[in-house]
Amino acid sequence: MIAGAGAVLAASPSMAGESTRIPAELPDGTRSIARFVNLPGKRRMLRLTGRPPNYAAPVNVFSDVITPNDRFFVRYHLDNVPSAAAMDGWSLSVSGDAVERPVQLKLSDLLDLSTHQVVSVCQCAGNRRGLIDPHVAGVQWTDGAMGCAVWRGPALKDVLNAAGVKKEAQEVWFEGADKPLMDGTPPFRKSLPMEKAMDPDTIVALTMNNAPLPLLNGYPARLIVPGWTGTYWMKHLTSIEVSTQKLNSFWMQTAYRVPAGLFPVDKPFRSQTNETTVPITELVVNALIAGPLEGDEVERSGFTITGVAWDRGAGISRVEVSLDGGANWRDALLAGSVGRYAYRRFSLQTGALRPGSYRLMCRAVSQTGEKQAERMKVNPGGYHNNVPGVVTVVVS
Amino acid sequence: MRRWLAAAVAVLACNTALMCNATLAEEPAALMPGAGADVTGAYCNVCHTSDYIVMNSTFLTGDQWKAEVTKMRKAFGAPMDDATVAEISAYLAANYAVAAKP
Ligand code: HEC
Repeated sequence: MIAGAGAVLAASPSMAGESTRIPAELPDGTRSIARFVNLPGKRRMLRLTGRPPNYAAPVNVFSDVITPNDRFFVRYHLDNVPSAAAMDGWSLSVSGDAVERPVQLKLSDLLDLSTHQVVSVCQCAGNRRGLIDPHVAGVQWTDGAMGCAVWRGPALKDVLNAAGVKKEAQEVWFEGADKPLMDGTPPFRKSLPMEKAMDPDTIVALTMNNAPLPLLNGYPARLIVPGWTGTYWMKHLTSIEVSTQKLNSFWMQTAYRVPAGLFPVDKPFRSQTNETTVPITELVVNALIAGPLEGDEVERSGFTITGVAWDRGAGISRVEVSLDGGANWRDALLAGSVGRYAYRRFSLQTGALRPGSYRLMCRAVSQTGEKQAERMKVNPGGYHNNVPGVVTVVVS
Repeated sequence: MRRWLAAAVAVLACNTALMCNATLAEEPAALMPGAGADVTGAYCNVCHTSDYIVMNSTFLTGDQWKAEVTKMRKAFGAPMDDATVAEISAYLAANYAVAAKP
């Protein structure tokens, strides 16, 4: 059981069905290759590509606020995924021109630092890309390139302080053990501004839901960056550099960028900003119906609509549900919060209904008043799709 | 060259027991038959499976496919000469593209 969140979790009823549906909104080609499969350490995930491994969770998984490790999505850009055996004797280097003394930390050194816990959503920047019309090139994700877990490990700031941070430090650079297959492919390197790196909620996770991290979610150590898109959550973390300079990396300067001004953020990543584009950072407010599932037959006497809502950490203040494709909206009931970066569960009891088909939708508002977009904010990477989707059910 | 690439992939992909198991069961979907299919299968099945092509169909135009192939070469270091880029782009335009909007 998960400490702290236990009571709230126990209250979530389990959903009847497993989603067997490959969304009709995906490109035809994606639909022709996507399959529900069991892969080592994971149960029934939607495979988009096997190499590199890209697997989404079926939508029914989100009927709970905590995503089990064996249903947590998998996302790699580069195919050279390390084996668990290759991580034997793993250590983490902390160096760079803005540390006092470079150190090489063993697992035992990290365990000596005080442990922090954060319950946080990890969501791929391209989650729901495959549902965008017109389609945008990239991994054609469904709703399931996300999950929410209880992460534990030392705060990144304490790890950095082990090496001593100079006051001229500007960014912290990260690298993991997953590597490109060919020399010409840029290694997956990412950076954070000092402010986010020193945030007490930014941690180096050694456990996920009270178990070691699954290999495909970053074993043995993964960076947790609550409120920011998954691209910063470096898996198989091996190297940290504290620098007076901005990181030059394809994955910072070319990929994972959005037009300047399109998605307002609380704290701009200034060192990586240019006149026309900014790195994608903070999540946008979002919500998802996890049950009933598309095509379900539901009871005339009424049924319960459940799902989750989340945002960049302000917290959710309201979720509304529509039964008629967005013409009319009703307030859903919010369950207790298990953390400001976590999913917030909602439910709505429909009451008796006439026979017919119903187009269910949900939309969330954050504590700062942020609302979901009504139409896709078009951007070349197909990021931040938070346009409410539709689940059609039938009352017979 | 083609055979070398395929062999390199097999060796690298089996570096890890886990991925080896996963990939054995997961041959990429067959590409459409036609002129250029072999070359495309060889060059576009290295850093990722050719499922990346099928997954991104059918919505790109022929020009957008050419831009993708060029990106693989320039940004990701795919070892291809101009003639290979042209051959693969033509194959993708013929088999995985939509007509350009007027
Ligand atoms: C040298 C390595 C390499 C080779 C060879 C290669 N690619 Fe890629 N390709 C990549 C990487 C890296 C990505 C990003 C993967 C990700 O984000 O999941 C990618 C992504 C893609 C995508 C998704 C859209 C995008 O731009 O991210 C398409 C489509 C694609 N490749 C097509 C091709 C085609 C066609 C070929 C054959 C000409 C090819 N690739 C060969 C490295 C390569």
